[in-house]
Amino acid sequence: MLRLLASAPNGLGVADLGNALGLAKATVHGILKTLHQVGFVEQDHSGAHYHLSDAFGRLGDTYLDPNELRSRAINWADSLAARSGEVVRVGRLVEGKVVVVHHVFRPDDSDQDLDVGTTLPPHACSLGKAVLAFDTSGGAKPRKLEAFTTRTIVDPARLADELASVRAKGWAAEFEEHTVELAGIAAPIRGLGGLVVGAVGLTGRIERICDSRLRHRTDLVTMVRATAEAIGRDLREDR
Amino acid sequence: MAEQYVAAVDQGTNSTRCILFDRRGRLVSVAQREHKQHFPRPGWVEHDATEIWRNVTRVVPAAIRQIGALPTQIVAIGITNQRETSLLWDRRTGRPIGHAVTWQDTRTDRLITELAGDEGPDRFADLCGLPLTTYFSAPRLRWMLDETPGLRERAERGEVLFGTMETWLIWNFTGGPDGGLHVTDVTNASRTMLMNIETLEWDDHLLAAFDVPRSVLPEIRPSSGVFATATAVLPGVRIGAALGDQQAALFGQTCFSPGEAKCTYGTGSFLLLNTGKEIVRSTHGMLTTVAYQIGSQPAAYALEGSMAVTGSLVQWFRDGLGLIHTAAEIETLARTVDDNGGAYIVPAFSGLFAPHWRSEARGVIAGLTSYITKGHLARAVLEATGFQTLEVVNAMNADSGIALTALKVDGGMTANNLLMQFLADLLDVPVVRPMVTETVSLGAAYAAGLAVGYWPDLEGLRSNWHRAGQWLPNMDPTRRAAEYANWQAAVQRTFGWIRPGQ
Ligand SMILES: Nc1ncnc2c1ncn2[C@@H]1O[C@H](COP(=O)(O)OP(=O)(O)OP(=O)(O)O)[C@@H](O)[C@H]1O
Ligand SMILES: [Mg+2]
Repeated sequence: MLRLLASAPNGLGVADLGNALGLAKATVHGILKTLHQVGFVEQDHSGAHYHLSDAFGRLGDTYLDPNELRSRAINWADSLAARSGEVVRVGRLVEGKVVVVHHVFRPDDSDQDLDVGTTLPPHACSLGKAVLAFDTSGGAKPRKLEAFTTRTIVDPARLADELASVRAKGWAAEFEEHTVELAGIAAPIRGLGGLVVGAVGLTGRIERICDSRLRHRTDLVTMVRATAEAIGRDLREDR
Repeated sequence: MAEQYVAAVDQGTNSTRCILFDRRGRLVSVAQREHKQHFPRPGWVEHDATEIWRNVTRVVPAAIRQIGALPTQIVAIGITNQRETSLLWDRRTGRPIGHAVTWQDTRTDRLITELAGDEGPDRFADLCGLPLTTYFSAPRLRWMLDETPGLRERAERGEVLFGTMETWLIWNFTGGPDGGLHVTDVTNASRTMLMNIETLEWDDHLLAAFDVPRSVLPEIRPSSGVFATATAVLPGVRIGAALGDQQAALFGQTCFSPGEAKCTYGTGSFLLLNTGKEIVRSTHGMLTTVAYQIGSQPAAYALEGSMAVTGSLVQWFRDGLGLIHTAAEIETLARTVDDNGGAYIVPAFSGLFAPHWRSEARGVIAGLTSYITKGHLARAVLEATGFQTLEVVNAMNADSGIALTALKVDGGMTANNLLMQFLADLLDVPVVRPMVTETVSLGAAYAAGLAVGYWPDLEGLRSNWHRAGQWLPNMDPTRRAAEYANWQAAVQRTFGWIRPGQ
């Protein structure tokens, strides 16, 4: 279907495509809908013809500017900090490290310093695990897993299990792996085509992030995931 | 009981947003739609008011749908708007008469010179607090009445209504041709040049001077107070507030006491300083404007420093020059170099606003050498916003006699860390961002929520304000002085570009 569309500069209708490929109209519709959602095809003004979008030509170019990510995340990150009462960060993976793209202070008006631009070890924080779990570049996987506390995951096999569980749950937890007495929750942000472009999460003292049985509070997990979803929706909607 | 929210409708220069806020003043959903900018001639900028109203009818339900709420969970609507943008419409059909003429439009520059005559641009400042420039509504309204044959006669017969955008929205929210309410609020009225800044009423002398029939004008109401109950879009929900976007941002930043100030960084940028019940007359190019009025209480006033082109310079860099794809990418590009390389951009696209008020000025790029790259220009674009703020802050300090100790900021450009740091460096005070950057909408929501009793008082609102980010000054004073001197030299070069008889 993509080949056909690429060879028709004026676009093709559903019937044209169905006839050429020997597919039922409903099937063609379904495929077109998916291609449209991921931004590979566009409809003309009348809505009758489909053609390839220029995003298709930039297929390898999934790059999202980090400052653009901050601009899109800012409203939702603020709201998460205000609701949770905790520090919120947005991070992305750059050359094997998590770079903090955006940082919102804990809303208690205490003295805090912006740490945008600093890096975090991906295997030892929730932001990092949330992006590592969906990373396919491989190169991003840290070779030697440095220990920051006694709870840091330093065994690659255990890290692989942990990342599999992040994939299954859709969010990542942190429990004293980076800093003693601190816990965190993060969720992946999915941009165009559902690709993970970064993560958003909160960190705070264990007694605030976890319940009495030291499990990450489900209300906070829900908030963090909803925030990641809202940022992703903004990113996917109008680009 | 299901959670209740206040809906803010922010009718901006580029887009219309609906944002829902909860009782703690936290943003819970956003829906936004851009509208088309019409540029029929150089210097002309228009909007289609029908398109804008259609966008309102879409973003409001979309914001409610986003969180799966019901319209009955909305306790009040707060309206805020791009200011000074002017529209005439037919009372009977509800159809706009031509496009809305926006605040950036300079078509009235000749008329301004004519009106200023020998007495100069400040001839009405005593009455309305504003200088004669293309920025405000009255000259625009006069132009519209002059230009369309027969329009003034129809206006005098009461067939035509005038309004800024909040007036247009409220009229449509309350039925349009079918019983629509024709009202404005004191903050928007204070931007027309037709309202007496002391009595808060339309002024006969000003109406005569601009040759505007009283019959076209809306009734002036307090900013916070129940205007009416909507019959369209959210039938049954009360409209609890209307205020100009910059005044709304001052309110949203909870700058309720004299001496408190904020600067909002959007298409243009606007520094407002609350002066309380006192009407302060600037001697340094600031405007005197109404900050807000809550119900029957006395109005609060403000001094305002208006910068016409800040975020829109970034937009020009993106759309006009095509050097970046998104506004935020300017930071990435600017970070490819360490400084401006000696280049300065003074964006006097529609003349210079505060503190200069030079309508004959036009933009320059100064200090160009072959060394300059697009990275340097990106820096110069961002720095232009910083330098303009410094000029306004200096003027404001001189007028008020007290030096600013910190700058509260909000708006889309506050996502730019490079700019925020540059601001702190240049102003030599901490720059503080609150936990809601959409402070314009928050202010409209606050004012509306107060009117319907969703929030009890101003003090309660203050406790919702929290610091989300802060940038501390870190620039060598000699370098700061040298940079500012260069900027001032560049500004001099914009003056007198439009020459009489051209
Ligand atoms: N990261 C950024 N860096 C620099 N400028 C930015 C950035 N993000 C947004 N902008 C600029 O900020 C402006 C948008 O901010 P905002 O939405 O607050 O403006 P606004 O004035 O409220 O819009 P409207 O004119 O519709 O009311 C645009 O002019 C855009 O160029
Ligand atoms: Mg705005």
